[in-house]
Formats: sequence, structure tokens, C-alpha cells
Amino acid sequence: MSEELYKQMAQCIIDGDSDISVELAKKSIELKMHPLETITKGFVVGVNYIGDQFGLGEAFLPELVMAGEAMKAAIAVLEPELLKLGETRQMLGRVVLATVEGDIHEIGKTLVGTMLSASGFEVVDLGVDQPADKIIGKALEINADIIGMSALLTTTMVRQREVIEELDKEGLRPRIKVMVGGAPITRDWVTKIKADGYSEDAIGAVKIAKELMGKAD
Amino acid sequence: MQPKLTLLSDEIIARILGEAYELLLKPGIKVQNAEAREMFAAAGVIVDPKTDVAQIPASLVHKALESVPREFYLYDYDGNPTVHYGGDSVHFDPGSSGITILNPETLEHDTTETEHLIRLLKVAEQLPQYDAQSTAVICHDVPKEIQDSYRLYLVLLHSKKPIVTGAFTNKTVQEMIDMLSVFAGSAEAAREKPRAIFDVCPAPPLIWSNFGAGNLIALARAGVPAEIVSVPLSGAAAPVTMLGTVTQHTAECFAGIVIHQLAHPGSPVVWGGAAAIFDMRKGATPMGAVETTMLDCSYAQVAKTLNMPTHTYLGATDSKLVDAQAGLESGISAMVGALSGINMISGSGMLDFLACHSAEKLVVDAEGISMAKRMIGGVKLHTDTLATGFFDHNIDFKGGDFLKQKATMQLFREEQHLPSSVIDRDSIRAWKAAGSLDAFGRAKLRVNELLASYKRPEIDPAQERRLHAFMLDLTKKAGVDILPLLEHYQPA
Repeated sequence: MSEELYKQMAQCIIDGDSDISVELAKKSIELKMHPLETITKGFVVGVNYIGDQFGLGEAFLPELVMAGEAMKAAIAVLEPELLKLGETRQMLGRVVLATVEGDIHEIGKTLVGTMLSASGFEVVDLGVDQPADKIIGKALEINADIIGMSALLTTTMVRQREVIEELDKEGLRPRIKVMVGGAPITRDWVTKIKADGYSEDAIGAVKIAKELMGKAD
Repeated sequence: MQPKLTLLSDEIIARILGEAYELLLKPGIKVQNAEAREMFAAAGVIVDPKTDVAQIPASLVHKALESVPREFYLYDYDGNPTVHYGGDSVHFDPGSSGITILNPETLEHDTTETEHLIRLLKVAEQLPQYDAQSTAVICHDVPKEIQDSYRLYLVLLHSKKPIVTGAFTNKTVQEMIDMLSVFAGSAEAAREKPRAIFDVCPAPPLIWSNFGAGNLIALARAGVPAEIVSVPLSGAAAPVTMLGTVTQHTAECFAGIVIHQLAHPGSPVVWGGAAAIFDMRKGATPMGAVETTMLDCSYAQVAKTLNMPTHTYLGATDSKLVDAQAGLESGISAMVGALSGINMISGSGMLDFLACHSAEKLVVDAEGISMAKRMIGGVKLHTDTLATGFFDHNIDFKGGDFLKQKATMQLFREEQHLPSSVIDRDSIRAWKAAGSLDAFGRAKLRVNELLASYKRPEIDPAQERRLHAFMLDLTKKAGVDILPLLEHYQPA
């Protein structure tokens, strides 16, 4: 019975269908299935599958995003149940995401946020044009493990370094790890500014974030 | 007859305009510039103080469209009107604001500095295919605060052509406007015969940012031409459908024109853009995609029903090298832009999603532009009869005899575009003898020729002194004492 339901859960994530993922999440509660198992044995399987398919060039960004959204919708139903049981979902880590000051490009960063939260990270996305003090302030406030910063312009990517320098000055590293991304970001740049991680795309970002948390697949 | 490419029916254009007016009201336009919001409020527009969203009524757009000039010119250094914005005039200029340049020897994308911008200026100055120069790349060897104005300074020193430029902040746009005034002698002179036009971008979807709107206002007040470069990305920052994207583009242009004309009615503004699809595999914005050309052709058609001057970003490629992909994407898209009758087509020379510039690509693209311009020159009627008049007594079923005709000598230059040495029409033997070069190899040679033949234009020394003093002042304010040394200009 539950095996069949798990399959349907994975499938609705692959289909990117939030209506069905919510429906199935509710059904699992009615059937008194354990919410944690529902997530890991059902929905997460779908997210992992679509991520792999994306890596293989078989799935595309809309499918990835819709899968992430369907996952979020299911989790939103299941999380209160977990709390009722006095349990919390074991999050892989807490992440603060932002596009740096002076830069308003956020498509890539939002994508990273979607995939991180679908993969089990707690994500706070501050949005665009965020100065260093705001990013660091939020990271301290929520006790973040990782700060992820995006920049699309060479004129703004220098801001990534500013945040890292500020973190170093405050002695907040290596407690807080830093991931960077964006069109002009190269490995050289990552080494130069001493960031902890970098990825070309959202799926790679999940992998890096897991590595930084010591929870690589 | 200028051949035209059109993709939209009148009925669809009417629907695009109708839904664009709807978008201006719901969801409205997010206006992140306080002065623009105040102007809207003064014009009776409802602006939500919490979200900064303005609901712009169609009546305000109609009013703005009444005061917008339907055509205007950019002028070269000597005061000749050389770029016509309006009607179906077609011009090309190199792409703007690159951050890297293709090193022709190492094939690396090097970070751009002063020498690279000058290299591009020298090449583009001597290619008649480019009716205007652009502030093609950012010079990373000067402080960030002066990078905008410094690019314009270099172009003014090294070129006589009109200039397509832009600023990244509200402060620097004013500095650049002032620089043009100082160079021209007065604000009136700069306004009367504008030398430059400024690209100004809204942020998709439906946002006029603080600096975008601020730039529009400053340019309108100065009477310096502005070019709205709306950048909807189909499927990511705009609806996935082309018609949805073009409709959003229309609404963003409408909002920009209203802000601009509220600031100063009658100032020149252009309906432009850099629309693109969003690549669903790589998350990239391909400038060489055929759908990108279709979006641009479509929004230009919308603009033309309103009689607006037009601009777009075509003639570029996403390839990292000057290779076959670069040639086909740049050539095809330049052709579509020309056939769409777009007044200014920016993008030539650029690789890697408009991030990288290349002088070698500029000379290859110039050939594509020549082809596009030849195409829109159309098939002409030169003679009283079409063919019979050519068959006189000398033509006796023999080939080659047409070479002896006066008409051939008189007309072949009009009928046929003569390409530069970048285009290979050699015999295989001659091609081998010349080194068996591919287009990139020939382009490298041509660039070297152009660099060698370049002479900096003669500019009135008093103007140069004013310009340099102005630049030096900005530089000092940025906390630096000296500017990079220039090969062709040593200030007294």
C-alpha cells in the first residue's frame, strides 16, 4: 500500500504537480504514515530523479523548478504533522541566499534556492541588491551554515569578496561557509576571494552545499 | 522597394497593444525611483506607497506618444546627420559594455582594459558598415566610479562617429551628459546636434528600477536621446510565448516613454530592446537563437504601428570563438534585424551572451552587415528593358560578352557588394598560396591592417583640452591622480 503511494509521490514531483503532491501528502496523514518517511521514501525520490535527469540533459529548467515547487507544497503540509509528533525534519543545513549589492539579477539564485530547499536545506532568500551587513546580519540571526551569493555583473562580483572579508574580520569563518555563483564567476575568482564553494548550476549548487555540510551523497 | 520581414498580423498587434494597456493597470508597473513616482502622482496616477506599483492609464500613454518625436538624428563630430532614427532606416553599431575581449592569439577571454577599447574603436572607426561607435567594453584599469564616463571620453577622443552608450548609475549618467556638453561647448549645442544616445534598461518583468528611471529622467531633461532597452526573457522573466513576451515588452516601453515624456515632453526616445528566450537547459539568454530574432522583429513591428524609432540587439553570438556558430548566428540575426527595418542594431563583435568583444569578429560581422544592407537595398530596376536591351548585335550566343558592355561596367558596383578580404572567393590554388586561412585567420590579418592604418581624427585642441580637464576632474574626485597613458593622445 505505502509502496504504491511512495511511487505516486515521486511521480507527482517528477510531473511537477503541486496539486497532487499536496493531495498525496494529506492522504499520507490520513493513513497515519510517518511524515518523515513520506518525505524521504516518497517525495525526495522524485526530486533526486529529476535532478539526475537534469544533469543528464534529459530534464529542463521548468521541470526542475516545478518539481521544487511541488516538493515545497508537500513539505508545507507535512511539516506541521512532524511538529505535532514533537519531531523536526532533519535539515541538511541553513542557507542565506542573496544577490549582492548593486545587482538585480536573480533568476539563477532563485533557482538555487528552489533546489536547495527541495533537497532538504532551510533557505532564506533575501532577494536582490543586498549589502554585506544585511546578508551577514541575517546569517547570524538564523544561525546559518552557509551564505550563498550571486552576481551577474563583473562590476558587482567584487561585492562577494567584501562579504567574505567582512566574515573573516568578524571571525565568522569557517563557521559560516560561503558559496558563490553567477555568470562572470570563474574558478580563479573563487580561489582569489577564498570562497568555499562554487557551482555552474543549481543542481551543482546542491551537491556543493551538501559537501560543505559534510553530507555528500 | 525595401524588402520587409513581418511576423505579426494587424489583428495580433492590436491585441498586443490592448493587453499591454491592461498590464499597465494590472499588475501595474513597479517604479523604484522616487522622482518618477512623484511625477506619476502629479499626473494623477495611483501609486501604491507600500509596493511602489503605479497603475498607468492608457490616456497617459496616448499623451506621451503625442509628444514623442517620430524621428531624429545623431550627428558625427563634423556635424553631419549620419544616423537616422525613424522610418525603416537601418544602422549597425558594435555591441556595448563587454567585460572581456577575445585574445586572437591565446583565444582566452581577457578582462578588458583601456587598450582593448581603443583597439575596438580603431577597427570600427574604419569600417563603414558601422554607422556609430559604442562604448564597447568596460575599462577595468580605471576606478569603478569613472568607468562609465571614461569609456565615453575614449570614444570622443578616438572617433568622429555618433556613439551608442549608457550609464550604470544615476550619478554617472549626469557626468556623461555634462561631458557631452563640455565637449560640444554648451548644453544647447549638445542638445541641438546630439552625438550620443544612451541605452536605458527596465528590469523584467514590469519594473523601472531606481537607476533606470533616474537615467530616463536625466536624459529627457537634458534633451539627450534615450534608447529604452527592455530585456524580457521568455519563460523566465517574461511569459514563455513570443506574443506574451512582446506584450510585456510593449508595456515596459510604454511605461518608460511615459516617465521620459513626463520629465520633459518632446525629448527623443527610442523603442528598443534586447529581448531573448531563456534557454531551458543552461539557464542562459541566447542572443543568437532564431526565436530571439523573431521577438525583436515582432516588437519592432509593434513600434512601427506607433511610428516609433526602433533599436535592437542582434548580430551577436553565444559562441566563445569567432567560429562557424558565430558566423551563422551573427549573420542570420543581422539579416533579420535589417529586414525588420530596425533603426539601430547593436551587438556586432560580441561573443558569449554579450559578455565578450572581438575586433576580429567586428570585421567578419561587417561582411554580414554588408550582405544585410545589400539585401534591404532590394532588387532594383536600372534599365528601360529588363534583358532584351542587353542582347545587342555583339551578343551572339557567347558567354563573356557581357563583360564588354558599358552597362556592366557602370552597374556592377551597384548590383554587387564587393566584400573585403575577409570573404574568401579565391581559387583553391590562390587560397593555399595565401596561407590556407579560415575566416578567423583572414580577420586577424584585416584587423592588423586596420590597426596600422588608423589615424586619430583631428579634433579641435580646445575641445580636447576641455574634455580632458573634465575627465581629469572626475578622476581626481574618484581619488586617483592619473589616467592610463594613451598611445594616440598625450594631453598637454
